[in-house]
Amino acid sequence: MLLSAKRRIKPTDIVLLLAMLAITLLCLLPLVYIVSLSLSGKSAAAAGLVTLFPVDFTFYSYQYMLSDHRFFEAFGVSVERVVIGGIINFALTILMAFPLAKERSEFKSRNVYVWIIIFTMMFNGGLIPWYMVVKNLHLIDTIWALTLPGAVPVFNVILLMNFFRNQPKEISEAAVVDGAGPWRMLVSVAAPLALPAIATVTLFSIVNHWNAFFDGMILMNKQSNIPLQTYIQQLVVQPVISSTTRAEDLINFSQRTFNAAKIVVTMVPILVIYPFLQKYFVTGITLGSVKE
Amino acid sequence: MGKKSHSLHYHLMLAPGMAFIIVFGIVPLFGIAIAFQDFIPVKGITGSRWVGFDNFVYMFQLDDSKRILFNTLYISILKMIMQIIVPVGTALLLHELVFPRMKKWFQTIIYLPHFLSWVILAGILTDMLSAQGLVNKVVQALFGETVFFLGSNFWFPIVVVLSDVWKEFGFNAIIFLAALTAINPSLYEAAEIDGAGRLRKMWSVTLPGIMPTIVLVTTLNIGQVLNAGFDQIYNLYNPLVYQSGDIIDTYVYRIGLVQYQFGLATAVGSLKSLVGFILIFISYRLAAKYANYRIF
Repeated sequence: MLLSAKRRIKPTDIVLLLAMLAITLLCLLPLVYIVSLSLSGKSAAAAGLVTLFPVDFTFYSYQYMLSDHRFFEAFGVSVERVVIGGIINFALTILMAFPLAKERSEFKSRNVYVWIIIFTMMFNGGLIPWYMVVKNLHLIDTIWALTLPGAVPVFNVILLMNFFRNQPKEISEAAVVDGAGPWRMLVSVAAPLALPAIATVTLFSIVNHWNAFFDGMILMNKQSNIPLQTYIQQLVVQPVISSTTRAEDLINFSQRTFNAAKIVVTMVPILVIYPFLQKYFVTGITLGSVKE
Repeated sequence: MGKKSHSLHYHLMLAPGMAFIIVFGIVPLFGIAIAFQDFIPVKGITGSRWVGFDNFVYMFQLDDSKRILFNTLYISILKMIMQIIVPVGTALLLHELVFPRMKKWFQTIIYLPHFLSWVILAGILTDMLSAQGLVNKVVQALFGETVFFLGSNFWFPIVVVLSDVWKEFGFNAIIFLAALTAINPSLYEAAEIDGAGRLRKMWSVTLPGIMPTIVLVTTLNIGQVLNAGFDQIYNLYNPLVYQSGDIIDTYVYRIGLVQYQFGLATAVGSLKSLVGFILIFISYRLAAKYANYRIF
């Protein structure tokens, strides 16, 4: 940034700062609101008295949540899918990106594989056939229904593949001279060098697992097997959709604070890791976009 | 130096992943046959009657088809326009800021909503937009009556577009910001020497500088125009707003998994996928040709 250190601050700079501040606060507004709602008293919330700050401050909604074992069941399912799914995504992304990064001269079938996976990424038979495959594999109501269909995050594979391609050839050539075979090359040379990129795509796949609700909704029949987002969807969102008898309000007001508490707790893992891994989140955007 | 072929090992590395891709990506393609059948689950694909293009003909005759196509395109295109204007504006704003540490904080915060799920956001949004919610408090103070945002066919698409912008503008702004910082600084200096003020510099140096990025992003978005945001709309809509909020994906979901019209659902879904595929293909070719953007 070519900014001279002693540049005088002009009035327009202040205006711009305030504008940016307003935009940023707008981003935070709904989050602040839901946290306040969760910390408010039940009747105050039902009466619509809560704006930005808690009214009748209380932790009661969170205490009440502790007794909701289905919430924790769903939380557990989500943790399970994040761990299992995350590991599977991590391993398969690396295993696939590495060979696909090789030139045709080194790996003749490379283009065939790339075309196949790109094709599956862009064209599919839709929801019904996919559902039937999962059903016929007897994956319904198992954790594998949530982790196996998405086992290969194709977009991440392509991102990592391009990253591997851009790695300097000198290092791999030196390793070859030292007698490294392809597996050694992958594990000891290419992967360690690509660690930031690998961390970034793994992070994104973990966040996707945490946020997924649809597969949990259609692939799990037993209530004890649904992941957290599906649980929240059924608890908070579904009643809104189905109870359209009274036109004025679609919300079960007495549950407002309880729902808010559950929503906040569902957000917490993302909010907590975000500041620490912010570097990786930001890298993730430009990893695959601006190309020369 | 012996050039031993490592191909076998590469095939081995690809094997597990390819197995999954074949099972969950290729095998379902055979299920497209359902679109040409009067499909009954008990009989399966082999036992159900073939009806040729009947499902497709029926689809074109349905009133619903025009409605969902219109809604999908309307919402998608509005989103695309706003997802250029707002992020570019924000990126320009961030770029002009002279406080480096605050810049980083702003970026961190505006990027955050991208990582929250639509289930969470819908939960918050439906509360905020309810009759007693935050938004209606303001509306009531200003206009004296409340607006039923999520039940109105006029407001629903607006809510959908605006909330999606709120969620994603940070992500896109950072892409544009990266493009902004890549603009050659000497261009700015030359403009300064020629007497250009802040606005003139923005018009003549900055905007042309990021125009390639804007064009690239827009081109790549063309392929996604039929995806108007299932996760978002599914969590926000209700029967009152099917008229304006029902998109192709929500419709396919309802007629397929709720009403069990498998043949029709597969027909609509496959056709959407095909058109989408063609659009993506075209958009990638355009991007490769005019912007040297290659995904592989």
